[in-house]
Amino acid sequence: MFRTDDTRPAARPDEAGSPQRRRRDGRIPLALLLPAALGLLFLVLPLLGLLVRTPWTTLPRRLTEPGVLTALRLSLETATTATLLCLALGVPLAWLLARVEFPGRRLVRALVTVPLVLPPVVGGVALLLVFGRRGLLGSWLDSTFGITLPFTTTGVVLAEAFVAMPFLIIAVEGALRGADTRYEEAAATLGAGRWTTFTHVTLPLVAPGVAAGAVLCWARALGEFGATITFAGNFPGRTQTMPLAVYLALETDLEAAIVLSLILLTVSVAILASLRDRWITGP
Amino acid sequence: MTALTVTRAEPDTGTPMLDAHLVVVRDSFRLDVALRINAGEVVALLGPNGAGKTTAVRTLAGLLPLSAGHITLAGQDLDRPAARRWTPTERRPIGVVFQDYRLFPHLSALDNVAFGPRRRGLDRRQARQRAAEWLDRMELADYGRHKPRQLSGGQAQRVALARALAVDPALLLLDEPLAALDARTRLDTRAQLQRHLAEHPGATLLVTHDPLDALVLADRLVIVEHGRIVQEGDAGTITAQPRTDYVARLVGLNLHRGWADGHTVRIGADFVLTIADRHDGDVFVAFPPSAVALYPLRPDGSPRNVWPATITGIQRHGDNLRIQLAGPVDVAADITPAAAAHLHLAPGQPLWAAVKATETRVYPAGSPRTAGTD
Repeated sequence: MFRTDDTRPAARPDEAGSPQRRRRDGRIPLALLLPAALGLLFLVLPLLGLLVRTPWTTLPRRLTEPGVLTALRLSLETATTATLLCLALGVPLAWLLARVEFPGRRLVRALVTVPLVLPPVVGGVALLLVFGRRGLLGSWLDSTFGITLPFTTTGVVLAEAFVAMPFLIIAVEGALRGADTRYEEAAATLGAGRWTTFTHVTLPLVAPGVAAGAVLCWARALGEFGATITFAGNFPGRTQTMPLAVYLALETDLEAAIVLSLILLTVSVAILASLRDRWITGP
Repeated sequence: MTALTVTRAEPDTGTPMLDAHLVVVRDSFRLDVALRINAGEVVALLGPNGAGKTTAVRTLAGLLPLSAGHITLAGQDLDRPAARRWTPTERRPIGVVFQDYRLFPHLSALDNVAFGPRRRGLDRRQARQRAAEWLDRMELADYGRHKPRQLSGGQAQRVALARALAVDPALLLLDEPLAALDARTRLDTRAQLQRHLAEHPGATLLVTHDPLDALVLADRLVIVEHGRIVQEGDAGTITAQPRTDYVARLVGLNLHRGWADGHTVRIGADFVLTIADRHDGDVFVAFPPSAVALYPLRPDGSPRNVWPATITGIQRHGDNLRIQLAGPVDVAADITPAAAAHLHLAPGQPLWAAVKATETRVYPAGSPRTAGTD
């Protein structure tokens, strides 16, 4: 009793420094704390499980197995190509949505986000129906140019781009909306047309947003599974990306699946770390 | 320098560099302002907030289309809705200094200034050369590599001015160019701005709500209120003969409108002011606050205009105090702190105000403006 009384004055200056925070800390309801802790555990536990079960001793040998490296290289290549494709098409689309008033803009914005909520397998089926050998565009491409897209590496890129592009568009459009149009006006008074203004003023100003969108897009493309396996199939060296390899390995060789998963986990964490300033630190 | 064909001050033959009639209708607001500016002339567009000054600048810059009227710059129609003529911003021979400067944050000061010349046909080396010359003229030669955020307010203002002038604009638009600066920087920058504006061969429109900027920097003042020109003329005329309360406040005069009959002017219902000269009809009466004397009791003797008044406000004004008075006419009076102490001034206090007839200035109110608008 007396001791608490004694210690109080000593604690007071600290309290005075941040009285509000202190008061809030003292009152976390258990009804919120408990599910919060469970939620955190639920998210982290599987990842820990993966680390626990990793065959660390045989890891170096496993990593250098030809199948693993092939799948990894294919994954990195297709995800990067898909991201470049998304940048080339998505940034102009995002600019259009953010800067140009046109009829049906809301509809276009809604359409752009559809792949975001669509189950990827459905996306794969839709891609097959359009770009498949007997698809709307696919049959024409096949007969005119002899180009076949499904079950090729190009098909993998298309499937990944289809699923990942909305992430890029949303991020870039948000950045463009936040960017100040006053600089664009200033550029116009100095004789810059819309294209020059876009390349010389707008794009440099939203570069961080574009970079963040590209990284997110790349991460989504890297993990793509449903649309890829539906549209491009599962051929080692050609269309078998890491997620597909993990799924296949699970049926034959659990340890291989773990190793492949560990690689994907490492890449994901690396991406997260590269974005920590932007997204993880809250307000 | 070669690639830039400059619309320089053509030998003036009476056609102004800028001939504009700006009409913008938006919701309940209507801007209707006619502007003529000769080459080499600096015109200040002066008015309270919301008068439509910025709207005027935006129409001239092509950032806002006219509803009606026209903008003709160096003989070329830039905007004429009736004839469906429209030149987009990037093809107008203009330079704009924005109130917030809008220097591109990702470019160095040098590249900011080189941006305009580069867009107008110079190659990278020539554009940078030209930008360096302009920075040199602005006494910023050492700051070429600095990013805008590394510049002080005054420096950023000069870079913005250099950027606007580096394209040799036929029309230079300055939107509150000194508003963002603190008092001290403002003084220096105003003096420099005055020098550069004097050297600018094109027309200049300066938009400001600060009468000092307008009086120091402009050859001619155009005063707008509620989207219309209420008075225009040179600084001398405007400071001597204000025609609206706003202008009178700007130049620090008491202004009343009344009906003159010989040596008296009737203001309102039953207040009569004696004046020195003979006048007849609708007139303005102006007198400086320093001409108003205050007495605790009704004075006898020379001042022929005496009336009872009540203090409604007391403010500092330079070294003196400005006393707002209510009475048969509302006026402001300037008195020294010593006199104020002697009178024991306080709001609500009744006293007597007096103005000598010789201190009043009377001029006709009915006549058209000093310079007409079409």
